[in-house]
Amino acid sequence: MGSPANHDNVASLATDFYSLLESFKETPFYHLLFEIFLVLTVLWLILFRKPRRIEKKLTEKEKQELIDEWQPEPLVPPVDANHPALNVRVLDGIVGKTIEIDGKKSLNFATFNFLNFVGNPRITDKAIQAVQKYGVGSCGPRGFYGTIDIHLELEERLAHFFNCEEGIIYSYGFSTVASIIPAYSKRNDILFVDEGVHYAIQKGVEASRSTVKWFRHNDISDLERLLVEQDIHDKKNPKKARTLRRFLIIEGLYMNYGDLCPLPRMVELKYQYKYRIFMDESVSFGTIGQTGRGVTEYYNIDRRKIDLISSSLEYSVGSIGGFAVGSSFVVDHQRLSAQGYCFSASLPPLLAAAAIEALNIMEEEDTTLCDTLMEKSKRLHQKLLDIKGYLIVGEDISPLKHLRLTNSQNTVARLEEIVEFAQTRGITITVARYLNDEHRLPEPSIRLILNVEMTDEELEFLCTVLQEARVKVTV
Amino acid sequence: MLASSSSKLSHATLVHRYPPSKLHSEEEMSDTVFSSDENEMNYKRENVTHKDDENLQCEEFEETPLYAAILTYLSYAILCLFGWLRDFLRNSNIEKKRGAVDPNAALGFVPLYQSYESFYTRNMYTRVRDIFNRPIASVPGAQFELTERISDDYNWTYRYTGKTINAINLGSYNYLGFAEKSGPCATDAINALKTYGVSSCNTRIELGTQRYHVELEQLLANFLHVESSIAFGMGFATNALNIPAVASKGDLILSDEMNHISLILGMRLSGASYQTFAHNDMKDLEAKLRAAIVHGHPRTQRPWKKIIIVVEGVYSMEGSICRLPELIALKKKYKAYLYMDEAHSVGAMGKNGRGIMDYFGIDANDVDILMGTFTKSFGSAGGYIAGKKSLIDHIRVNSHANTYASSMSAPVVQQIISSLQLLKRPEGQKRICQLADNTRYFRQKLVDMGFIVYGNKNSPVVPMLIYMPARVTRFNREMLRRGIAVVTVGFPATKLLDARVRFCISAAHTRQMLDTALMAIDEIGTDISLRYSTRHQSRRLREL
Repeated sequence: MGSPANHDNVASLATDFYSLLESFKETPFYHLLFEIFLVLTVLWLILFRKPRRIEKKLTEKEKQELIDEWQPEPLVPPVDANHPALNVRVLDGIVGKTIEIDGKKSLNFATFNFLNFVGNPRITDKAIQAVQKYGVGSCGPRGFYGTIDIHLELEERLAHFFNCEEGIIYSYGFSTVASIIPAYSKRNDILFVDEGVHYAIQKGVEASRSTVKWFRHNDISDLERLLVEQDIHDKKNPKKARTLRRFLIIEGLYMNYGDLCPLPRMVELKYQYKYRIFMDESVSFGTIGQTGRGVTEYYNIDRRKIDLISSSLEYSVGSIGGFAVGSSFVVDHQRLSAQGYCFSASLPPLLAAAAIEALNIMEEEDTTLCDTLMEKSKRLHQKLLDIKGYLIVGEDISPLKHLRLTNSQNTVARLEEIVEFAQTRGITITVARYLNDEHRLPEPSIRLILNVEMTDEELEFLCTVLQEARVKVTV
Repeated sequence: MLASSSSKLSHATLVHRYPPSKLHSEEEMSDTVFSSDENEMNYKRENVTHKDDENLQCEEFEETPLYAAILTYLSYAILCLFGWLRDFLRNSNIEKKRGAVDPNAALGFVPLYQSYESFYTRNMYTRVRDIFNRPIASVPGAQFELTERISDDYNWTYRYTGKTINAINLGSYNYLGFAEKSGPCATDAINALKTYGVSSCNTRIELGTQRYHVELEQLLANFLHVESSIAFGMGFATNALNIPAVASKGDLILSDEMNHISLILGMRLSGASYQTFAHNDMKDLEAKLRAAIVHGHPRTQRPWKKIIIVVEGVYSMEGSICRLPELIALKKKYKAYLYMDEAHSVGAMGKNGRGIMDYFGIDANDVDILMGTFTKSFGSAGGYIAGKKSLIDHIRVNSHANTYASSMSAPVVQQIISSLQLLKRPEGQKRICQLADNTRYFRQKLVDMGFIVYGNKNSPVVPMLIYMPARVTRFNREMLRRGIAVVTVGFPATKLLDARVRFCISAAHTRQMLDTALMAIDEIGTDISLRYSTRHQSRRLREL
């Protein structure tokens, strides 16, 4: 602490230091500068110089060699000549309740002709009148003289039918929902999508580039789990959460499964977790509900709670195209942002006229079409349950049912044999076809579609044939 | 300075040459593109074709005059200022808020639209909304009836007076004049309705294929001189749903920067990587092709599995034509594939209406994938893809539209079949010639008057540049007042500076209708000073 030796050491250090400083003062300036420069250079070499990357510059000759060597794949891979798409049945005539294949008449349980509007003379007459007034094509997109007064009439009628503020029509059923979803949901927005939705919705979801959270088909608890997870995530970053939109994408009646979505619970969750509901009612429009107004009518839910209902004119209505209804605030946005609406030619007027007439028939005072359809669906469901060996997938009131074979017998090959056998007996049914890149490929099944004009005897006949077919195929 | 005069209107004249691409100068062409052991006769033939190509490829894209550019930017700046002012007034409740209100607004939901997205809609689009989405009440032929609509609140809402306005139609895509409500095509369509009904309610792969679908596809393949074809119900969907069937992850797509949005959507959905090259610039394309083959994928360095070049036949906003002979040469040299979207050119271009290949005299099998639509030239609806049988079979198996979308409606298909059959007969040939005549006449007159017109002199799409948003709107409204309906487009369909009016010429237009339109354009062009061209002298119509 205070020993004389330490003192001496400190003192000597101090004198050394002092003399060092003095010598600094005496050295020439340029010498100092040079030393400082050397020190800085060493520091730079150690800290900042990056290791030299080997430059990958190719010579022209090498580039030309690479170009000459490169062999592309053939444009398309070879396809199996036996694929069903290359061996379709070619029909000739009206595909109504009965169709003629190879000269034989058979009952049609395969096409989406729920209300039997295909070939309806009233509808055909109206379509003919439209051709005589407007020609066939509309020759332009909606923005450039492709809007025909009959389109506006159809939009009004659809909005009126659903008791919504506004409607908008598209010229192709597939593009309807595939254009609607990307118009609202952008990158970083969150989509909660049921795994069982049909392919057009899957493409719409893909095109939107949003964050997708799939939940198990019709499993509310799985959806709740995802919502709770998202909620926790939001609480960590509330500022960001306020800018992320959330949507629930569901179908009213699922085309791939024939069952209804649990809408009441989903609407409750909507107000709790603040997401908007986009429901696709392609199959349930005209088939579910007392007057065919869909799942909201069936469950008696106020349609204003659903933000947007999209549907297709290609199933019950028997025309071509699609539409969406909802509040003006939501629907009007599509007129400038939905690609399939703005950049595509509008619906040919004759198809719009056919749709209007179909709506007229559906809205007639004494019509019981939809009610009858639901009743018959229930009866068919009961009859089908009585057949051994089949698994019936779908609600009892659904006119669209999926039939699978039980146990491990359910393969596409066996189902096709059943279809062939049924054809020889005068029943036309079809195996449901999918592309392999579906998000969740459904199990192979026969898609059975009920036409409202089918009589009880015909339904009995269908069941008999199905029974015989199963016995023949699984022997 | 003028290269043409009014007496030479009946055949093509060289007005002003856009510099041809320096891809191959004429001496080198035989060495690099065509094998050197080709005999002299072939060389001479190819050389002549090349010279002809220059004539066919003649396109003009005059530069934007500086004062127009400045004034346009100024206009948008003023519009923005007023937009902010109005928004401020609306938000402070001094001005009434119009437009729909979110029913869920007060409940804590995240706003459905960003306020800046709808800034444009509220403050710029709504001011001029009456020039778009005009409803019509008749067949969209050469002349049609527009429903009269009046707005009492500056375009927020409309009411229909019940009257109609008769106008000459320069806006609809009716190139060959097949938008008719009577005549052989309409009669056939009505018969088809009686025989088949409106729709089959099923997909092509299940029970939706009818005899007339097969007939249409065969007829189309014969018409285009290809092996096979497949048709779909919507042109937009044809691109968006079939490009994924052809391209996939690991492929590279090189697309022209002016390609239609359906092509871009298809490319995105396919999962392939895509790059754009400058519009119709073959040098840029070649550079990108070379770079792509040499370096491969930018991150993984793996070679591309295949390279597809996507172009359009006629570009609908520019009026230009793709440089097909050079594209074919490039494609063969670098072993790439070519996808050509002929939405606006099938039926409208070429001696026999077969599209761009017919126009340049090229074998259809050189283009790998031909796509087109039926909406424009055939007066119907839908799209098709044509090519080799292996390609079409693959598309049949893998296309989204074939498996999930409803098959085409009978009258729509019959209209196409009837118009295709008509095109083979002299009456159809007459329509094609009439369209070519009308196009050249109209374009020549516009150019001679001193307006800036873009595009190829043979393309029936005639864009005339107006630049300023206020002038564009005034032009549209003035034309309607004189009984002519035109289509004007601005941002965001075009670049910010290049607002334009786009005329679509039809074979159904008579010389008298075109003259009426030209007189109106002349008058309005003088009133609001639209004669921007510095390459051509400004003249009144009566002087021509």
